[in-house]
Amino acid sequence: MFDILKTRIQQKHRTIRWPDGPAPDLPARFAGRPVVRSGACAAGCRICANACPVGAITAGGASGPGIDTGKCLFCRACESACPYGAICFGKEYRLAATRREDLVVGAGSPDPAGALCERAAKLFGRSLKLRQVSAGGCNACEADSNVLGTLAWDMGRFGIQFVASPRHADGLLITGPVTRNMHLALRKTYEAVPDPKVVIAVGACAIAGGPYADHPEQHNGAASVVPVDLYVPGCPPHPLTILDALLRFLGRV
Amino acid sequence: MATDAPVMVRNAQAVDSSAVPALSVDRFRQVVTEEVAGGARLSALLVLAPPRVPRRLLAVIARPLVGNLGLLACDVGDSYPSLTPSCPAAHWFEREIAEQSGVRPEGHPWLKPIRFVAGGPADVGVMDFFRMEGEEIHEVAVGPVHAGVIEPGHFRFQCQGETVHHLEISLGYQHRGVERAMAGGATPRARHYMETLAGDTTVGHMTAYCRAMEALSDARPPARAEALRAIAAELERIANHLGDLGAMAGDVGFLPTMSYCGRIRGDALNLTALLCGNRFGRGMVVVGGVGYDVDAALEDEILVRLDGIEKDAAGAIELMFDTPSVLSRFEGTGIVPEELARRIGMVGLAARASGLPCDVRHEFPYGLYQFTQMPVCTWQSGDCFARAYVRWLEIRQSIVFIREHMRSLPGGPMRQEPRPSQGGRIVASLSEGWRGEICHVALTDADGRLAAYKVVDPSFHNWFGLACALRDQQISDFPLCNKSFNLSYCGHDL
Repeated sequence: MFDILKTRIQQKHRTIRWPDGPAPDLPARFAGRPVVRSGACAAGCRICANACPVGAITAGGASGPGIDTGKCLFCRACESACPYGAICFGKEYRLAATRREDLVVGAGSPDPAGALCERAAKLFGRSLKLRQVSAGGCNACEADSNVLGTLAWDMGRFGIQFVASPRHADGLLITGPVTRNMHLALRKTYEAVPDPKVVIAVGACAIAGGPYADHPEQHNGAASVVPVDLYVPGCPPHPLTILDALLRFLGRV
Repeated sequence: MATDAPVMVRNAQAVDSSAVPALSVDRFRQVVTEEVAGGARLSALLVLAPPRVPRRLLAVIARPLVGNLGLLACDVGDSYPSLTPSCPAAHWFEREIAEQSGVRPEGHPWLKPIRFVAGGPADVGVMDFFRMEGEEIHEVAVGPVHAGVIEPGHFRFQCQGETVHHLEISLGYQHRGVERAMAGGATPRARHYMETLAGDTTVGHMTAYCRAMEALSDARPPARAEALRAIAAELERIANHLGDLGAMAGDVGFLPTMSYCGRIRGDALNLTALLCGNRFGRGMVVVGGVGYDVDAALEDEILVRLDGIEKDAAGAIELMFDTPSVLSRFEGTGIVPEELARRIGMVGLAARASGLPCDVRHEFPYGLYQFTQMPVCTWQSGDCFARAYVRWLEIRQSIVFIREHMRSLPGGPMRQEPRPSQGGRIVASLSEGWRGEICHVALTDADGRLAAYKVVDPSFHNWFGLACALRDQQISDFPLCNKSFNLSYCGHDL
């Protein structure tokens, strides 16, 4: 008992102060929201689009390229390939959006995209219980969602919690591209959540299939199976990105 | 003699495919069985992708006593006599072979699908599970959607009261077609497939993949890259071990260590993010070297933060190991005896906790591990305590390793331009991920394109070990036993 108390004192208080205080430091090499510069591209240039392994980029004309952050793996291949400096990945961690089309980032896109859901804010603003369904993910999105329950992030502060059964949940947090073998299980889990409910797709796989997009073994994301209310881009998204997404979705920040 | 014995190669040494001898089926079975009985491991057993006729069975045998790998093959028709009765370590491989290629290992004791690939005879999870009969017998079915934030899999327990007599594990829910997509030429997604085989083992799998590609193209990454790869791999080990220790504490209701380790694991992931911007090491290991270099300031920052992690981890973890209520749940729970672990071909951390001194870094050293001695941490009891304690021993070894090598990084470039692969070659590349032995096998066609790519995650060897660990245990100890292995579903399902 004495040792437990002693260790408790040594471990200190470690919960982040954000959103009331400053956000935790992100590493210098962190790849956040891409920033697109208009007027930099040469006519007809497709270098960035060709460099992208998942076809997330529409090569642009004078306005510059458009990057679909729902598909993007944040691998920086376009940034390194572009000879004109038209794309660079910044440190903006606020990536989520409620509308799929708002995930496309071009020059002059609103920063950040809107993630507030009035319905969710009214219903679940003070308490949101989520059932997580992993449907073909690599366990990185799962890990960085799970980490929000640790004392460093402590999403319980906001009344947000992962629960063990869909029957106890207000919604689903889905990761993975939805494999053929998880299709039925996801459908059934969704149906087991009582109405009204919300669905949150976390990570490139759950939004658009990620690196597995167009494989016949999967379904290119959660929206092909259930209606999605919030999209959280990243491969995987940083925990701060996911927490920011949940809080803006509920109108808490 | 050339057609009578395996060709011997070093870890990640490419040879001409024609150098791999095609033995008779009987001789192939005899060599594999004798080698494995004599202390070697079956690292891979596969049928080369159709349309090749006759189909060719290929085995990779890791021989730790001499530090080399044996490659051997044999041609088979629609069926061949199963290896499993004489070499139980082959059982999961042969189930995979039957499912992927349709070649039937005759005499296999339980030939069921392991991934339920498209076009197979059954829907996922629908199979002939072992059943016990009797008045007090009941069956518990769990998954694919679990109570925690974890990956999907299905577990069937045959119970009498609280006691589990048998656990059968049915996977395949994460199958997304990675091996199929890798074969057939260069895809710009190759790196991303390999980084997400198991998202918590990005560095481990990328090391095996990159070494295979470099061997096929006769390239050698610069010494500085080898050192940074090893440091990234040890950071990955530290982070995952810390997380697992915290989760195991949580499963026995010891909340202080659970809370602290959950946070300290994040600190370790953040060190990897300092290296490459991503907490899981994406983009750190690339073909030809590493994607990011470090300077003196970054070295200092990582080492200072590592000191903090070591101090906090020691406090949190030693507290757990000093708590009698934790030890009483860990000790004697989920035992896998050494002989059983050997027979079923377990690898890595779980095997070391059963007393098997197997560690690719030590037995088949690669990269920086060729020039440094990595102690192999083992424990004899094979229970949850052993799997927890070996993790703590390894965390400390990894910290020592990083401290030593971060300060003495070789100079020179961090990356060499990738070169095209040579045609008609084969390579088997082993690395030690935090769960254990990772084996990648790559074959090129005459033009140097990948004709086949095979991935064996350590979980592939160890899932059956978890099933064995549950025998005669209380069903309420399943979460603890499961977490003590913490195997990968996606790494298995591919």
